[in-house]
Amino acid sequence: MVNKMGYPEKEQISKDLMALPDHQDKFKYLIKKGKNQPELNQEFKIEKFRIQGCMSKLWLHPQFKEGKIYFSSDSDAAIPKGIAAILTEIYSGLTPDEALEFDSSFLKEVGVAQHLSMNRSNGLVKLYEQIRLYALAFKSLNRG
Amino acid sequence: MIDIENIKKQFPSLDQMVHDKPLTYLDSAATTLKPKIVLDTIASYYGKQYSTVRRGLYKLSENTTIAYETCRRHVAKFINAASEKEIVFTSGTTDSINLVAASFGRKFIEKGDEVIVSAIEHHANIVPWQIICEEKGAQLKVIPVNDNGELMIDEYKKLLSDKTKIVAVGHVSNALGTINPIKEMIDLAHEKNIPVLIDGAQSAPHIAIDVQALDCDFYAFSGHKIYGPTGVGVLYGKYEILEKMPPYRSGGDMIETVTFEKTTYQEPPYRFEAGTPPIVEVIALSSALDFLEEVGLDNIHDHESELLAYATEKMLEIKGLQIIGTAKEKTSVISFVMQEAHPHDIGTILDSEGIALRSGHHCAMPIMERFKVPATARVSFGIYNTKEDVDTLIKGLHQINSLFDVD
Repeated sequence: MVNKMGYPEKEQISKDLMALPDHQDKFKYLIKKGKNQPELNQEFKIEKFRIQGCMSKLWLHPQFKEGKIYFSSDSDAAIPKGIAAILTEIYSGLTPDEALEFDSSFLKEVGVAQHLSMNRSNGLVKLYEQIRLYALAFKSLNRG
Repeated sequence: MIDIENIKKQFPSLDQMVHDKPLTYLDSAATTLKPKIVLDTIASYYGKQYSTVRRGLYKLSENTTIAYETCRRHVAKFINAASEKEIVFTSGTTDSINLVAASFGRKFIEKGDEVIVSAIEHHANIVPWQIICEEKGAQLKVIPVNDNGELMIDEYKKLLSDKTKIVAVGHVSNALGTINPIKEMIDLAHEKNIPVLIDGAQSAPHIAIDVQALDCDFYAFSGHKIYGPTGVGVLYGKYEILEKMPPYRSGGDMIETVTFEKTTYQEPPYRFEAGTPPIVEVIALSSALDFLEEVGLDNIHDHESELLAYATEKMLEIKGLQIIGTAKEKTSVISFVMQEAHPHDIGTILDSEGIALRSGHHCAMPIMERFKVPATARVSFGIYNTKEDVDTLIKGLHQINSLFDVD
């Protein structure tokens, strides 16, 4: 099991969020996180990369370079954009195996997992699933 | 004057904390909370007096059947139908409209015919008509809407023609709160002998309905939006039209005789109630009507109008907030967008303050398209809401602006 230990930049996100017990501060952090993320190239803001089922528009673009996965994302809403930025940051730079085994349970501890709810108007759970699907696809590509 | 604090006490689910904050429920247009009288009826019927209806000869079934049929009379009285035979129990407004689209449509709509809906309908009053139109080769015509969210009646007049087989229009828009001038619209259609279906899902909890005065041919509404249970709805239909309509679904209790050669069907309303109905839900719907009648729809209307005016005034003071849907005649629904925060952000942030409101396209994507917004946030009031709830909302909206650095 790969856990957050050994991934210092991921530990930093965890630490940052843990230090913000207040809802409002967490939102502020997420909004900032989204704003600081480079905007996704317009050519990738297309249906093919759109996460369906979210009331806001949410895109996830994967790349596979030298055996590692790199994600970028964007959204027209600030909080989903921030959460997507965190997820893509966590999962970028991992091999497909590492991504599939990555223990994301810390998201729950830091209060982000509540946004990954099953509510159909909230596509963030689908974003998470899509990240794993890409990891699976790249894994088979790697083998092939 | 009604005592809102006393009314609030009748809604146990209001008394709870969400994210460590007291619940502020502002999503009654989606579904209303339930008063104790409804909860007690459900518990009492499932707990003791429960049995099937219209099938058993035994005492228990006879009692339940009486309660069930009494509710039918109660609903008839509530909307002033000429007879309880004009009241069909369905699973909700969606089911009621699907019933008419499928059954009336199968019998009366043909290739080249037209069905009129409006640009501010809920998907439930669009898609069933699209399906029957596609099946029959008929065409769906749409009444346009002006910038305030009001239907353009002059355009509607132009759409009415010899080809029109039915007009299906909402009494109140779920996304904007607009109250449509349905009496005028019904009269205009009737001048050309066109029947009219009214989707009353959003009006029944706010406006006293008199189907005979309106002279509508169908009127549909849901139990769960008028303080009653989910899973039960009403279709009012003029008897002479219901009588001509074929069954919608088939099965037990809707038949007269069945042989493998031919089956004959019961008279309305039973013809349209195949299978075991939502017995307890129907009986509890009657309790919801008791509640509404006790509080009084006029009182409800006055209270909610006051909240609407107060909230509208306060919300317009918030920088960058725009209300979508500014019709002169509105129920207590306010759809809005903000300068920086997306409706998704608004919903998420307000949730953390214990505020429940709807964000999204409200199952009315064509309206979002019309007003060029991806989605809106929507607050909607019920009888249990207060000015304090509005103040909590306003505080939350200011917090959003501060998070997004909008002064």
